[in-house]
This record gives sequence, structure tokens and C-alpha cells, in this order.
Amino acid sequence: MGRKILLVTTDQQRFDTLACNGGALSRTPVVDGLAAEGVRYDRAHPQSVVCMPSRSTILTGQHPTTHGVFMNGVPLPPDAPSVAEVLRTSGYRTALVGKSHFEPYFDPFLRFEENLLSTIGTTPHGGSRRGFEHFETASHGAMGPLHYAQWLVHNHPEALGMYCRAIDDHLQVSAEAGGDTDAPQVKVNPIDRGIYHTDWVADRTIDWLDSLDADDDWFCWMSFPDPHHPWDPPESEVGRIDWREVPLPAGYPEDRSTREAIIDGKPRHWRAWYDGTLVSNYEAPADWVPATLTADQVREVNARNAVEVELIDEALGRVLARVAERGWGDDVDVVFTTDHGELQGDFGLLFKGPYHVDSLMRLPLVWRPAPSSRAGAADGTPAASVVHRPVGLVDLAPTFCAIAGIEPPEWMQGAPLPVDDADAEARGFDKVLTEWDSELFGVDVHLRTMMRDRWVVTAYQPGTSHDGTEGELYDLVDDPLQQVNLWDDPAARPLRNDLVADLWDSQPEARSERLTLEAPV
Amino acid sequence: MTARRGSMRHSIRLRCPAEKVWDLVGAPVRLPEWWEGVESCVVEGDERTILTRSGLPMPERLLTIDPQQRRFQYRITSPLFVEHLSTIDVHDLGDGTCLTVYSVDSEPAVLALVIAGAARAALNNLPEVLGVEECR
Repeated sequence: MGRKILLVTTDQQRFDTLACNGGALSRTPVVDGLAAEGVRYDRAHPQSVVCMPSRSTILTGQHPTTHGVFMNGVPLPPDAPSVAEVLRTSGYRTALVGKSHFEPYFDPFLRFEENLLSTIGTTPHGGSRRGFEHFETASHGAMGPLHYAQWLVHNHPEALGMYCRAIDDHLQVSAEAGGDTDAPQVKVNPIDRGIYHTDWVADRTIDWLDSLDADDDWFCWMSFPDPHHPWDPPESEVGRIDWREVPLPAGYPEDRSTREAIIDGKPRHWRAWYDGTLVSNYEAPADWVPATLTADQVREVNARNAVEVELIDEALGRVLARVAERGWGDDVDVVFTTDHGELQGDFGLLFKGPYHVDSLMRLPLVWRPAPSSRAGAADGTPAASVVHRPVGLVDLAPTFCAIAGIEPPEWMQGAPLPVDDADAEARGFDKVLTEWDSELFGVDVHLRTMMRDRWVVTAYQPGTSHDGTEGELYDLVDDPLQQVNLWDDPAARPLRNDLVADLWDSQPEARSERLTLEAPV
Repeated sequence: MTARRGSMRHSIRLRCPAEKVWDLVGAPVRLPEWWEGVESCVVEGDERTILTRSGLPMPERLLTIDPQQRRFQYRITSPLFVEHLSTIDVHDLGDGTCLTVYSVDSEPAVLALVIAGAARAALNNLPEVLGVEECR
């Protein structure tokens, strides 16, 4: 019997929303407890700051350039490599419960199998899909053909209209405003907490775990759709945090001219989006102008986001309790992370887009190794550590292989996560890459980013708003909020040249045949 | 996305006479043979109604069926669309191959992307459905 693996992902969660990472809004005792017994990563970055490419990286262990899903709406080919398939063919039972999003949601022809699965149950055709023998899907609300939405249709039709609409009548990301401050994608949701998608994902995970034999080895990806917008947690829970008492984030200068001066120091698409003159992608409402965002709206969004984070923590606690009841407590590795971050008021912005700063790139990542794996440790106590060197989501797949005692396949581009800084240094964890490519209705943006040492450098390639000479360079030590762009600072030119040369030298191998954008998301 | 109206295009080059492709893509009732996700279609005069796999009926008006130019045009008249025009052209390239081009313009823009995405998959089905080779 080997180590079991519980991969817990959330969607669009910032690093600083966990108490163990210094967050002061949410109470997250379960994840904090995992961190206290395991490894907390101070610099975990995604390889893309939007869902489909990032989730494809988690599954394949490859950078977007290599797996080919360069933006939302580009489907991951059904035969793409998968760590779940590696584990399944090594004898692991496998499941994905919750948000998958390897294929587009916008699918009126139901061409994509992930959208068809709810019509056939939870066992994919052929016994598995992408390596998962159990595949049970959910997203941010009650729309569409996914299992959760269909479960609501059949069991709680009264709840269908309670969620915030993700898409408006013009099929754009909804700018519908609500709450006390008329913030975008905030809605009072009267849904019963017990049938909200967070608890549903936990319930379905527990059901799957209960279907297993005690001596099964298993890999379960439990994937919560929250705290991604819309910010519509069950209203019964919203009172946990009074938004009026929420401090403004450090990344949100309340003075408008200060905010705008910071944005004006960055490449021009920042300001263009802020002013509502350019929306380059489908990740934010086209009809919403960030410059209209108020301090109270930032407070309310942050409060609701924090409530959603707490609900996830509590749901995870229920699952871990069930794991313990099954007698697996000492044999389960738990990895907690997310696919990318959220601007959440930083720079006066919400949502996400081609903005490679910590708001979107610095992720919560905690790995609690199975306690049984430490049986040989000197005193048997948990060896809690914090890794400060950079790691990426691309490192998760090889980590799961290592946990299972399997040599990571050559197609995986990362390496098993380090357990401490000494391990990270010895194995060369010194940089992490992130990329952005979007091409939508004549607007294209292309960024390549590297975090190394204390620096984050982003080189721009030619696109609608850029001629390819632009860039961003931030000193994470002296400027942790990334408000001072050093790209054009003559004093930083030698450093910039060195970083940019390393950035281009480090680019991963490109997929031979380019994939195609087939839907907005 | 800044535009309310979207315009997209996909194409495929096949090693076969243009007429062979036209016989399929120019026949309004044969759509389910090559377009994945179209469960059925009914043609009455210049009206065609397709039923998608998701159960969504999509009414269309057939505008052009021109075997000389090998051009097929239609509008989706569903209230989901403010405006829509799709055009299929089959070009004889004169070397034993032909180029089939699917173009779509629509408002809302996102529907152009969705229709074009499905059309691209449909074009990619043509080699197998017709038993011909794709020229890359």
C-alpha cells in the first residue's frame, strides 16, 4: 500500500488570503494546520494567470507553450499527457471532483466531452478521461451541463436563479452589480449553504472516497470553483465579515492620482483597461470600467472573497476528517493550491488579465507530506518548513509521481517540489516562468515573465498595444507591491539585460502544431 | 474584447476535386454528416432549423446556394444573435486540390468565436467523411 494523494485546488485565490501567509481577513485553520505540519511555499507561481492554461499545466506538468493551451477557450487535446493517467496506470484509483476546465464551457453543440459527462454519469467513456476514472464537474454557478448544475436542476430547481449570472444578455462576462456597494459580480445569494458548490464538491469527494477499498491507493483532485468571481457566497455566511471593517489592501492606494500614476508607469494596456478603452480578453466584464471602482467596493469584494475562502477551508476540514475516519490519515499527502490569483483591488483593478504581478502570480501552495513518510525522522515530529525559492505549478505533476514512487516521465518539465530551501538550492530551483498569449477579435497581447532572485521581469512581444520594446521590471524586496517599474531605468539596464537574456534562454519547447481558439472561455 | 461584432475564418485544403466537397457542404440537409454536435436538421424552402446536441434549436435562413461559385451562405435567425452571416466557399486550386473556407460574422462577437470553433472542427472532419487527404 502506497501514499495516497489529495490535490486540493481553488480558483483564483491570492497568496495573502491564507492566515498562514499573513492574511488577516479569513480564518483558515485547516490549511494553516497543514502548513504547520508540512511545507509552505513563499514563491509559488502559475505558468499562466488564467484557468485553462494553468489547469492544463497542473495536469500535464508542462508549460503552456508546450501543452499548447495558450489562452482560455483553447481546448486541451484529449490525448494530452496527464499525471492522472500515469498514476492510474500505476495502480492508483483516480478522481477529479469539481472544476476541471480543460475544455471550453461555451459549447452549444456539446462538442467537448467534459460538458457531456453529466449525461452519462461520472464514469467517462472508455473507463477514464485524462486519467480520471471518476469525473464529476462543477463551476461557479448553476449554468450549463456540468454535474453540479444538473444536480441542482433535478434536486433544487429553486436555487437555479439564486447565483449571480456569469454571462449577460450580450454573452459578455456579466458586469451585473450588487451587494451594498453595487460592486461588479457581487450578488446576494439566498442559497442554502449545504447545496452551495463548495460543500457539494466536498460531499461528492467524500462519496467517492467512501466507494474505495481501504487498501486502495488513490489520487483525488478536489477542485473548488471559489473564490473566483462572482462573489456570491451563501448569504447566511456573509455576516462573518463586515465589509465596512475591512481594511483596504496595501496594493490599493486610495488616492486616485497615486493609483493612476502607478499604472502610468507600466505598459500602456494597463491604463487602457483601467480607463475602459481596451479589454484584451474575456476574463473581465467588457462593460465595466475599472476606473469607477470605489474603495467601498474593494472592501466588499474582499470581504465576500474571504468568506468564500473560509467555506473552502471548512469543506476541506470535512474531507480530511473523513480521510482520518477511513484510517488513511497517516498515508495521505495533501497539496493545497490554486490556478492563479486575483487583482482584488490592487492598482484599482479587479479580476485578471495580462498583468504579471504578485496579485495574479503569487499563489498559496502548501504540501503536507503523508506523516507515514516521515516515520524515519529522528523524533517523528513534523518537519515544517518554508521554501522561499521559486517553484511553479509545473512542479506539481512530478511531485505526485515522486510521492507515488514513480519516475516522472520525460515530458514533464518541472521537478518534484523541494521540501526546504536547502533542497531547493541543491536542486537548482532558482527561477520560474509565466507566459501570456491572447488573440481575440483583432486584439493580441504577448508577455513572457521570469521571477528570479528578487526580481520579476516581463518582456513584451509585439501586439495591439505594444511594439515589443516594452517591459516591466520589479524589485520584490524594495518594492513588494510592484508599483515602481524599473524597465526604463538606466541604472537597471545591465540587470535588465541579464534577466531578459536568461528569460529567453529559459523558454520551454514549443508545441509543434499550434492549437486553435474555439470559444471565449 | 472591444468589439460587439466578431469576424472569424477557418479553412482546410483537401486533395480532391472541389465538386466532391461542394456536394457535401453545399447540401443544406447534409449538415449533420460533417458538423459534430448537430443532431438533426430540417429544411423547408429557404428555412433550415438545426437541433444541437445540447437540445438548442437554431433557426436559419438560407441565403445563397450557388453551385457555380460553390458558395453557401446562411443567417442564424435565433434571438441569441443581433446579426449573423456564415459563408462557405469551396475554391478549386487547379492542382487537384481545393480550399474550403468557412467565414462567420456575428453580433454578439463571442458567438462568432463559438460558431467558428465548431466550424473548424467540422472542417477537420471532412477528410474522414469524404475519404480524402488533407494537404498541409
